[in-house]
Amino acid sequence: MATELMAAETRPKRAIRWHVGVFLAPAVLVYTAFMILPLFGTLQLSLFRNIEQSQVFVGLGNFRTLFGDPNWSVNFWNALRNNVWFFIIHMLVQNPIGVLLAALLSSPRLRFTAFYRTAIFVPTILSFVIVGFAWKLILSPIWGVAPHLMDFVGLKSFFTPWLGKEQYALTALSLVSVWQFVGIPMMLIYAALLSIPDEVIEAAECDGVTGMAQFWKIKLPLILPSIGIISILTFVGNFNAFDLIYTAQGALAGPNYSTDILGTFLYRAFFGFQLQVGDPNMGATIATIMFLIILAGVCVYLFLVQTRLRRYQF
Amino acid sequence: MKTKLLTALLLGTSILGTTGMALAEDVTLNIESWRGDDLTIWKDKLIPAFEAKNPGIKVVFAPSAPTEYDAALGAKLAAGSAGDLITCRPFDKSLELFKKGNLADLSSLPGMENFSPVAKAAWQTDDGKSSFCVPMASVIHGFIYNKDAFDKLGIKVPQTRDEFFAALDKIKADGTYIPMAMGTKDLWEAATMGYQNVGPNYWKGEEGRQALIKGEQKLTDPQWVEPFKELAKWKPYLGDGFEAQTYPDSQNLFTLGRAAIYPAGSWEIGLFNTQAQFKMGAFPPPVEKAGDTCYISDHTDIGMGLNAASKHAEEAKKFLSWVASPDFATIYANALPGFFSLNSSPVKMEDPLAQEFVSWRGKCKSTIRSTYQILSRGTPNLENETWVESANVINGTDTPEAAAKKLQDGLDSWYKPAK
Repeated sequence: MATELMAAETRPKRAIRWHVGVFLAPAVLVYTAFMILPLFGTLQLSLFRNIEQSQVFVGLGNFRTLFGDPNWSVNFWNALRNNVWFFIIHMLVQNPIGVLLAALLSSPRLRFTAFYRTAIFVPTILSFVIVGFAWKLILSPIWGVAPHLMDFVGLKSFFTPWLGKEQYALTALSLVSVWQFVGIPMMLIYAALLSIPDEVIEAAECDGVTGMAQFWKIKLPLILPSIGIISILTFVGNFNAFDLIYTAQGALAGPNYSTDILGTFLYRAFFGFQLQVGDPNMGATIATIMFLIILAGVCVYLFLVQTRLRRYQF
Repeated sequence: MKTKLLTALLLGTSILGTTGMALAEDVTLNIESWRGDDLTIWKDKLIPAFEAKNPGIKVVFAPSAPTEYDAALGAKLAAGSAGDLITCRPFDKSLELFKKGNLADLSSLPGMENFSPVAKAAWQTDDGKSSFCVPMASVIHGFIYNKDAFDKLGIKVPQTRDEFFAALDKIKADGTYIPMAMGTKDLWEAATMGYQNVGPNYWKGEEGRQALIKGEQKLTDPQWVEPFKELAKWKPYLGDGFEAQTYPDSQNLFTLGRAAIYPAGSWEIGLFNTQAQFKMGAFPPPVEKAGDTCYISDHTDIGMGLNAASKHAEEAKKFLSWVASPDFATIYANALPGFFSLNSSPVKMEDPLAQEFVSWRGKCKSTIRSTYQILSRGTPNLENETWVESANVINGTDTPEAAAKKLQDGLDSWYKPAK
């Protein structure tokens, strides 16, 4: 869009610019082959069912099964509920902490900024497998360091095997995920804070707006678009999440499916588990629903939120 | 240096090439398997033993990774490049291959008479009329205990349930050891080492399992609920934080000598022998009253079948008959303690713990895990649900009755037993 507009303004009557297409082609082709075609493949797969070794078109039959058959719908709603909770924890914990850390980092009086920045960002680049196993060990009631550390400060009585308790497991895992990814909002907000021109800050200071008031009245409105982007990234990431739950709790997302999110539910349906034979059609149906949920969320953001965010040009 | 290396390589290939040609006159049989761990046992022990007796037949053991095995085998069978002999997974996966015509019918193979019907059940059609794989090995469930701990506390090996719980109480009162090493985090421990371990004594092994498949018994009947009730009673004897204790945690707790009793599968024997520094013993799941018939889970795990498209079917059948023979059973069972031959003729084993396990076959009746045959074909999957519910019962999330009802309701939703 932007390039077209710019082109229209500067040189209205230029011949067709082939090189644009040529340069875009590799990315478009790769993206189409690996993202768009599989997406339509999945949508198509969800409309069929395997009946006696052959694929039969059943229309929306699989969706009716998913929502109408209690064997599927109970698990689906449970997974969706858990997924929403997973997202809420991220929004309430990860993003405010990310903003806070970024504000602290951008403070000119803080020393060792580079060190903190790197240290907080490092978990983000770790593999899920490492994070999952490390936290499983840390929280282990038998060998873990968590019970000992809590003992030192006299909080031993508050320790429970969090990952094994139905009421705590999902929250504990959400917080592990927050720990891992808090670096991303921090970095984005940090960059946004740095891009605020000094003149604006100085003008604010001349008007007597300093300290906390400066943050709330000047900086926060200027970084709101970045916070919006982070929220939508968190939303997409959370509703596609799978790895952490799988490595920490296994495909059955125990105890009693309390940590089952859409990703693990999809995995079990699509690939099967132990004696359960995989059902690619039902798997594709769940994947389609996940796609629609994410699409709806992104649309809400794009059309309702983003258009109302005010942008400031300097 | 370089030229030397090159000549050596060339020489090497020429020698290999000629031996290859020499071999080509013999018939070569290829074995497909997922048991890469067993490669040395096959190469050094099993295959030489067979080849010595059957000149003219060469056997090559060609395993692939366990996670890739089913997919790779399917592709090879479709392309016609699969080996002559195929290692069989139990139940539905192999049954599917047989139905597609990839596995040959072996019902009349000489040597099949060496196996009991239970042993053959894993590789039979649902009506039990045709068998398509030779059973190779099974694993037996029971309890492994720390002999030193039992001696120190003066506990006798429990025979009945009352003695069993008395022993657990005594260990708990003493406080040196965690009475039982088991966790519910990984779910399957609770189902496989718990429910399927103690269950057969309640539902009378095969009798109950068959009745369940026929629809004559329900999972809500007392004999199927009682094992859950026993599991619920285990809770106070498990270690602190058992809800987050994983399977490797349990293994380590026991082998480090911190726990006294370990609900086990015999596959642990090999690992425990190398890791535990104390004497170990084993006992079968305790019965209600002394003298009651005992039932054990002797679960069929691995078998071998014939590729229906094999060009050397005669030679391959010869090999399979040998696999069905006591000779094979003796070598296999000794090389892999804890994986027991399913052969009816008794096999002499060196390992004392393995001997103890296998001796139960003489006094108890064998069965296989109740959820494996036929009953785990639909959604919700009975095996997976049994994992979840067994863990729930131990955690106290569900009562035994509620758990059993959930399982039966799930089963009823798709399984209609043939009347």
